[in-house]
Amino acid sequence: MALLERINSGLRKKVFSLQEAFVLAWNAIRFIFARPFYREDVIQQMDAIGVQSLGIVVLTGFFTGMVLALQSAIQMQRFGATSYVGSLVTASMIRELGPVLAGLMVAGRVGSGIAAQLGSMRVTEQIDALNVMGTDPIKKLVTPRLIAALIMLPVLTVINDVAGIFGGNVIAKFYLQLPSSLYWSTVWDQIASGGFILRVIPNDFIHGLFKPFVFGGIISLTACHFGLRTTGGTEGVGVATTRTVVTASILILVTDYFITQTLLALLPS
Amino acid sequence: MSADSNDDAKDDGIYNRNSHPERREADRRGVDKPGDTDDAAPGRVRAAIRREIKADDDQNPGQPVGDGKPIIEVRDVYLAFDRPVLEGVSFVANEGETVAVVGESGTGKSTIIKLILRLLVADRGEVLILGKDIENLTYEQALEIRQHMGMVFQASALFDSLTVFDNVAYPLREHTKLTEDEIGQRVREKLRYVDLDPDEVTQLAPSELSGGMQKRVGVARGLAADPKIMLYDEPTSGLDPLTTGTITNLIMKLQRDLNVTSVVVTHDIRSAFRMSSKIALLHEHRIVFFGSPEEMAASDDKYIQTFLGGY
Repeated sequence: MALLERINSGLRKKVFSLQEAFVLAWNAIRFIFARPFYREDVIQQMDAIGVQSLGIVVLTGFFTGMVLALQSAIQMQRFGATSYVGSLVTASMIRELGPVLAGLMVAGRVGSGIAAQLGSMRVTEQIDALNVMGTDPIKKLVTPRLIAALIMLPVLTVINDVAGIFGGNVIAKFYLQLPSSLYWSTVWDQIASGGFILRVIPNDFIHGLFKPFVFGGIISLTACHFGLRTTGGTEGVGVATTRTVVTASILILVTDYFITQTLLALLPS
Repeated sequence: MSADSNDDAKDDGIYNRNSHPERREADRRGVDKPGDTDDAAPGRVRAAIRREIKADDDQNPGQPVGDGKPIIEVRDVYLAFDRPVLEGVSFVANEGETVAVVGESGTGKSTIIKLILRLLVADRGEVLILGKDIENLTYEQALEIRQHMGMVFQASALFDSLTVFDNVAYPLREHTKLTEDEIGQRVREKLRYVDLDPDEVTQLAPSELSGGMQKRVGVARGLAADPKIMLYDEPTSGLDPLTTGTITNLIMKLQRDLNVTSVVVTHDIRSAFRMSSKIALLHEHRIVFFGSPEEMAASDDKYIQTFLGGY
């Protein structure tokens, strides 16, 4: 009986937590369109989430592009197809690795930061203080972070993609001795081969930009959810931070699959 | 949905239904009674309390007791989470009064403040603020009513991402249409009021201040929007005796100068005796005493005597 009860109460807590997360998400999205607008907070968060993540995004993108080119070159050399290395790097970066890598890096860097900040605010009663002073903490803290992440994640992803393709170019030029012009023409060929929407927007770009938009929502809302429901003092802040990074990373990888599946069905090449 | 389901007809003293009739009678008599009841309270504890109260009489001459209209009314409130927290708690704070809620740790003292702020809603009973029943308000309406209240938190709860100036200016920027110049003036005025030098502190981060200074900035922030009600959660905990005295004096000054109604949750019985018009003693989820400090000191109730014995 005791075991059953424990399972029951454990499950109930999980369901309540999930419910809270959805209520938080709904309110945060609703408040995007409701006054007052905290513009300064949005800009501050765009700086914290976007500008300050530039370094790690460029670095990880560049090296991932290089390693992709290197690994695929080894395989392609067997078929004498090394000239297509640009295609391979581009396809992987724009459709998959760019969004996922940027998402995971931002989940680690920004998600943990948001959870720690809101968690500390919770345990030092600053969230209560906001409530007491007649400010809705969701409107003041969550919505600006959500807006900033929705805008900045696609931007970071584009930068990540470009850095990756440049990384591939470095390997193509210095390791495979391919001329840059050939590399870049295969890059464009690859983008064009995915097909276009409205004749001008490559399908690849839709994949590449829709995913980070969703990931931005996942990261900011997960972090705010765990941050705001922090209990148990400073130890609780640590727990909230860890949970945020783990949950956001898993959610990014799982939703990535489903978005890919859906987009492939909707936008056939 | 309606915020005005209440009416003045409720302001008839029902709030005292849970306290002893003789205590209600004692409440009406007020603090200015002759000191004859003191004779019935021999012993060092009571003598010390009498000295404390008398010492403050000169500082706190205009303490209104029971004459103003009710500002905060807590009526027969029940609240339970996993276990009971409050059972049939009632008390009232009239205009200009300072009510200290005292009791052992974990008796639900801070919960009372959360109920007044409507951060929590009672399972049963009513909480009336400025004559309005706040139990059935929507979240937005609750945010609105909270603008009439200033709150000083136990750990000050200053926003650590903002400077002292921005902290005190926060409620003004949020809810008034004052210009930045006017806000600047008001912030400096409030900081001076709590004995801080605006030129020195405005650009500092809260973390650069001492505990006592943080608390004073907290009071200045609570005061910024000129609230009718001030709430204090353990305002003197963790402070040295001198700073405790300063904060206690500040709370008394506020009451004297601004006629704000205050509820102070504290376990510091010495400060409670100095600053409050009435004391509510919480024990086992109930208010076992509600009356003036003198009446508390004079009480023969065993628990009260044990409680004061620690003082």
